[in-house]
Amino acid sequence: MALVLTEEQVMLKESAAGLLAEKAGVAQLRALRDTDDALGFSPAVWRAVADMGWPGIAIPEAFGGLGYGYTGLGLVLEQAGRHLSPIPLQSTILVGATLINELGSEAQKQALLPALAAGELHISLALQESAQHAPERTALVAAADGVGYRLSGTKCLVLDALAAQQFVVIARTSGSVGETSGLTAFLVPASALGLSVERRSLVDSRGVGVVHLDNVQLSTDAVLGNVNEAWQGLSRTLDIANIGLASELLGLATQAFETTVEYLKERKQFGRVIGSFQGLAHRAAELFAELELARSLVLKALQAIDADDPQLPLLASAAKAKLCEVAQRATNEGIQMHGGVGMTDEYDIGLYIKRSRVAQHCFGDYNYHLDRFAQLSGF
Amino acid sequence: MSDLEHFRAETRAWLAENCPASMCEPIGGFDDLYTGGRNPEVAHPDQQLWCERMAERGWTVPQWPREYGGGGLSKDQAKVLQQEMARIGARRPLESFGISMLGPALLKFGTQAQKQEHLPPICRGEIRWCQGYSEPNAGSDLASLQTRAEDHGDHYLINGQKIWTSYADKADWIFCLVRTDNSGSKHEGISFVLFDMASEGVTTRPIKLISGSSPFCETFFDNVRADKRNLVGEEGKGWAIAKYLLTHEREMISSFGAAPKQSPGDAALAAFGADASGRLNNGILRHTIAQYQLDALAFGATMSRVGDEAKAGQGLGAASSIFKYYGTELNKRRNELNLAIGGEQALGWEGDAYQGGATSRDWLRSKGNSIEGGTSEVQLNIVAKRVLGLPD
Repeated sequence: MALVLTEEQVMLKESAAGLLAEKAGVAQLRALRDTDDALGFSPAVWRAVADMGWPGIAIPEAFGGLGYGYTGLGLVLEQAGRHLSPIPLQSTILVGATLINELGSEAQKQALLPALAAGELHISLALQESAQHAPERTALVAAADGVGYRLSGTKCLVLDALAAQQFVVIARTSGSVGETSGLTAFLVPASALGLSVERRSLVDSRGVGVVHLDNVQLSTDAVLGNVNEAWQGLSRTLDIANIGLASELLGLATQAFETTVEYLKERKQFGRVIGSFQGLAHRAAELFAELELARSLVLKALQAIDADDPQLPLLASAAKAKLCEVAQRATNEGIQMHGGVGMTDEYDIGLYIKRSRVAQHCFGDYNYHLDRFAQLSGF
Repeated sequence: MSDLEHFRAETRAWLAENCPASMCEPIGGFDDLYTGGRNPEVAHPDQQLWCERMAERGWTVPQWPREYGGGGLSKDQAKVLQQEMARIGARRPLESFGISMLGPALLKFGTQAQKQEHLPPICRGEIRWCQGYSEPNAGSDLASLQTRAEDHGDHYLINGQKIWTSYADKADWIFCLVRTDNSGSKHEGISFVLFDMASEGVTTRPIKLISGSSPFCETFFDNVRADKRNLVGEEGKGWAIAKYLLTHEREMISSFGAAPKQSPGDAALAAFGADASGRLNNGILRHTIAQYQLDALAFGATMSRVGDEAKAGQGLGAASSIFKYYGTELNKRRNELNLAIGGEQALGWEGDAYQGGATSRDWLRSKGNSIEGGTSEVQLNIVAKRVLGLPD
C-alpha cells in the first residue's frame, strides 16, 4: 500500500484539526483542570465529536460504524494529540470499541458497538494491576462459583473511569501469573454491586481512576468472547491501542516542536534571534528529521492494522517505541529551548510534556516496546 | 491481461533469455560493479555483455527518453523491470556518475545538442564521468571555489585544483564547477562545464584513505581547454545546476543507509547466543542493536513514503538533506555495530583469516559518508534554514 494519505484522509485530518482546535484545545484542558472537573472532559464537546461520526470511524458498518478503518481514526488521534484534546476517544473508542470488536460475540457486538459508534456509551479497559504494564502478569482472579464468577481485586490506570458505564475487566480464570492463556475478559457494569471507582489524579489532568472489585458477582453472560481465551484479542487490541497512542504522540510531539521553533524565531538574546545559534538550530533540525521518521512509521503501522498485516505486533511495538523516544525528546527540548518560561504553567509546553509521559506509559513505554521489538525481531 | 502485466511477462521472458547466469550472482564488493568507460575495468567478461544487451533496450537507464538512449519506461514499468530483475537477483548492468548525477542535470539544464552528444554514451557505458566540485579551500563552503575559467572566445582556459574527485584517475570526462566571474557574490559567477580528462594540462593524484583504498584524487588543471559548446546552462549561473545535481548525489549516498542483508541482530545472535527467553546474551549490545534496527525500519519507511508522496504530487521539502544526514549516520552506526559484534575478527586488516579486512575497511570508509556530498552539519544547516525557516 502506498505510504501516502488519500484526498479523503487529508480532508478528515483537516476537519478534525478545525473542530478540536476550536472546541477541545489546550484552553478547554486548562479550564477542566482548573475547575477540578471530575470527568476530565466535557460531554457537550464529546457530543460534537460524535456528531462528526468520528467515534464510529473504525467500527465496521455492520455494527453502526463508518468502516473507514484505523488509518482514519489515527488521523483524528494525531489531531487530538496536537491540541491535547480532553476527549474520551482513546479510552472508549481506540481501546473500548476495539476490545468489543476483537473479543465480543456477534450478539455482544450488536448490543454494544452501535452505541459506541454513536458516542452514547463509554466502555473502559481495566487491565493494569501494578505500576508497570505487564498484561500476562494479570493476577486478579475470577473464581467460578457454580452460577457464574466472583471477582475481587484492584485495577489501576483505568482511563476515563468516572465516565465509563461499563468496564472490560481482564481476570485470570486459570493458569498462573505470567501465562498468556487462562485470561478472560468480563463486561462489568459500573453499577455492579461491589464495584467502586476511585478518582485519581495524574500529571496530565485527564480523567483516570482505580477500579476496586470486592466480590463482584457476574453471570456467565458477562464473559466477552470465550473463557480463558482473551489473550489473542487482548493482544491485538493492545497493538492497535499502542499504534493509536503513537498517532497521538506524533501530533503532540509535532505541535510541541512547532511551538518551540516559533519561539526560537522570536526570542532575542545577545542581540540576535536565538534560532540563529547553530547549537539550537542543529538540534531543531535533528528533531525534525526524527519526526519525519516517526511519521512514516506511524502511517505504516496504521495501514498494517487495516491490511491485517501479520507484522502488526512488530510494527506496533516499533511505532510505540519510536514515538515514545521522539515525543520525549521533543518535549524535553521544548522546555530547554523555551528557557525559564518553559518552566511556567502559563506556557503550554509544560502541558505537552505532562500528557506525553502519560501517553508514553499507557500500555507499555519505550523500554517495554523496544524489548518487545527486539524479541519479535528474533533477538 | 493489463498492459503492465503484459510488459511484465515480456520482461521476464527477455531477462531469462538474456541475463547471463553470472550476473545473477551476489555482488562481491565495489570492485565487482561495472562502471564502463573507455578503458573499462572488467572483473568478469559477462559484465560487458550484460551491459551491451541492456543498453540496446535502453534499460541501463530505464526512465530516460528513448531519443537519448534510455528505455522510455513509465514509473510503473520501471518498477516492474526492477521487480523482475530482483526476482532473479540480476545485477544492475552499469553503475556510473553519468547515470546517477550528470544525466539528470543534463536532462534538465542541457541543450538539445548537449543531450544528444553526451547522454547516449552514458547509457551505453562508453564514457565514464567524474565530478569536479570540492577544492582544498572549498569543502563545506563549496561556493567559495576558485578554479578559474578564462574566456578565450570559443573556449575557456581552466586553471586551478580540485580535490576529492571520485575516480578522477579512471574517468574519461569531468563535469566541473569553475569560476568565470569574481566580481559578484560567491554564488554568482560559477559556471558548469564539461571537458575531456585526456585534455592536455590535466593531472590526477590518488589520495590514500584510512581504509587503505584510493577512491578519490587530487586533480590539477594547468591551462586546460574546454570548448564553450560544453558550457551547461548560462555562464555564471552554474550554482543552480550544482545544487540540483547535489540532491541526486545525496540520494545516492543516503541509500547506503538501507538495511543490510543480515541484520545485526542475527549476526549478534550467532556470535553471543541467546538466553532461555530468546534474548541476546548481552543486554547492552541488544539495546544498541534494537535502537539501530528500529531507526533503520523507520528510515526505510520514510524512503518509501517520500517516494509515494512524490508520485502523488506531494513533497517533503529538503528531503534529500534529511536522507543524506540520517542515512549516513545510520550507516556509521551499523558499521560500529559490525565492529562490536565481530570483535577481533572485525579488526583484521589483511589476510585470508580476515577476508582481507573487509569489515574494518568498510567501517573506516563509512566515516566519510557523513562528510562527502555535504557534511551532516551542512545538511542540518539546510534543514534549519529552508524547512524550519530559522534565520542566519
